[in-house]
Amino acid sequence: MTGKEKLLQSALEGSRRDLSRLLTMIEKGEELAMSKGEENLDYMILGITGPPGVGKSTLVGRIISYWKDRGKKVAVLAIDPSSPRTGGALLGDRVRMDSANSGEGVFVRSLSTRGNPGGISASLMAMSKLLASCGWEKIIIETVGSGQSEIKIVAFADKIVLVDGPDRGDIIQAEKAGIIELADLVVVNKSDVPSALKVAENIRSAFSFSNENDSPEVLLVSAERNDGIEEMMQLIQSSESPLWRSRIKIRERLLSLWDHRLMSSPMLNQVIDDIETGSISLEDGLDILSGWKNE
Amino acid sequence: MKIVMAKPGLDGHDRGAKVIARALRDGGHEVVYTGLRRTPEEISRIVMDEDATALGLSTLSGAHDVLVPRICELLRESGMGHVMVFLGGIIPERDHGKMFLEGVRAIFGPGSKTEDILAFLENSESRIEKNLPIGVFNDDGWHWN
Repeated sequence: MTGKEKLLQSALEGSRRDLSRLLTMIEKGEELAMSKGEENLDYMILGITGPPGVGKSTLVGRIISYWKDRGKKVAVLAIDPSSPRTGGALLGDRVRMDSANSGEGVFVRSLSTRGNPGGISASLMAMSKLLASCGWEKIIIETVGSGQSEIKIVAFADKIVLVDGPDRGDIIQAEKAGIIELADLVVVNKSDVPSALKVAENIRSAFSFSNENDSPEVLLVSAERNDGIEEMMQLIQSSESPLWRSRIKIRERLLSLWDHRLMSSPMLNQVIDDIETGSISLEDGLDILSGWKNE
Repeated sequence: MKIVMAKPGLDGHDRGAKVIARALRDGGHEVVYTGLRRTPEEISRIVMDEDATALGLSTLSGAHDVLVPRICELLRESGMGHVMVFLGGIIPERDHGKMFLEGVRAIFGPGSKTEDILAFLENSESRIEKNLPIGVFNDDGWHWN
C-alpha cells in the first residue's frame, strides 16, 4: 500500500487526523482514487451563498447546532478569499461559528481560494466525497461572499440557500438574473432589523411576477437570535430542486473540471510568461494548455 | 504556511492577535483565526481539522503557565508533534526558558516587529525543507529568540 492508500484506509476507519491530511492533499491538487465500495452515497451537501456581511457564517453556526442536536455528524468547508497579490489569506469564519468547536461530531475546515491550483470547485467535489465516505453525513459548504453571477456552487451542492440581508439595494436587485433563480430557498437574515421585512417582500413580489411556479420560498430569520432556524431547516429538507437544474449542474461541473485541467497544467507558468512577453497569443496559450491532460 | 492563531483561556483581548493575523496574511500566509476563549482541547482539534503547520498562541492573562504546556501535550498526544508552536502577548522573561522546554519555538512580546515574526516563519520554512525539526514533539532545543 502506498502512503496515500494507508491514510485513506485509516481515515475511512475513523481517524480524524488522517482525514484532515487527505483533505490537504486534495486541496493541493492531488487525486484520490476511491473504490466504489468505499464511497458513501447517503449524504447531503448544503451550499450557503450570498453577498459579504449578510451573516452566512453565523447562520452556518446555527445549522451545525441544529444537526448536531439531532445526532448528525456535520462537516463544514468554509471558503474565504485569498489575496491575489501575496497569496495570503485570513480565514475567520470560525469566529462566528461558536458551535464549530464543540465536539467530536463537528468537523470544520477553512479553505482559501488560492490553495487550489485547479480552482476550488474541483477540489470541493472530491473533498465532499471523501468526507461523506468517512461518515460525515451532512456537509455544509459556505462560499465566499459572492455576487449575482457566481453560480459555481450549483456544481457541487444538492441544496442551495441564498442568504440576503437588509439594506442591500432596491427591488431591481431582486429582479436580476443569476444565483437567485437557482436557489432552493432564499433566506433574509437579520429579521430583527426593520428593513429586513421590506427586503423579503421585495424578493417575494419579484418572484410573483415570474411565469414559473417553481420559485423558491422566501423566509425571514435571525441567525443571531436563533429565530426561524427550525422552519428554515424544514423548508430545506422539503424543497425539491427543479429538474432543469440538473443540466445546469452538469454544465457547471464540466466547467469546473475544465478550469482544473487548465490550471493544474505544468505548462501554466511558462504559458503566462510567454503571453506576457508577447511571444504567443492568448489563443495559442489556451491551445497549449488544453492539449495537456492530467492522467 | 497554514497557521492557526488562537486565544486560549479567559483573556478577552485580541487586538494583538488580530494585528499579527493580518500581518501574516500580508506576508503570504494562510491564517485561521479561532476567536476568543478557546479551551486547549478546542485548539488542538482546530489545528487537527485545519491540518495547520503552525500554531500561534496569544495570551495576556498570565495563564500561559498552565495553558501552553497543556496545549503542547494535547498536540503531542494526538499525533501532531510536527506542529510548530509560537507565543505572543505578555510572557514574563523568567518564564521563557520553561516555555521553550515545553516545545515553544519563539516568543514575541510587546514591541515585536512584524518583520521579525515573518523572518521567523521564513526561517522555519527553510528548516522544514532541510528536514530540521520545528515541531512541538521533536525537540532539538532550537528556538528563534
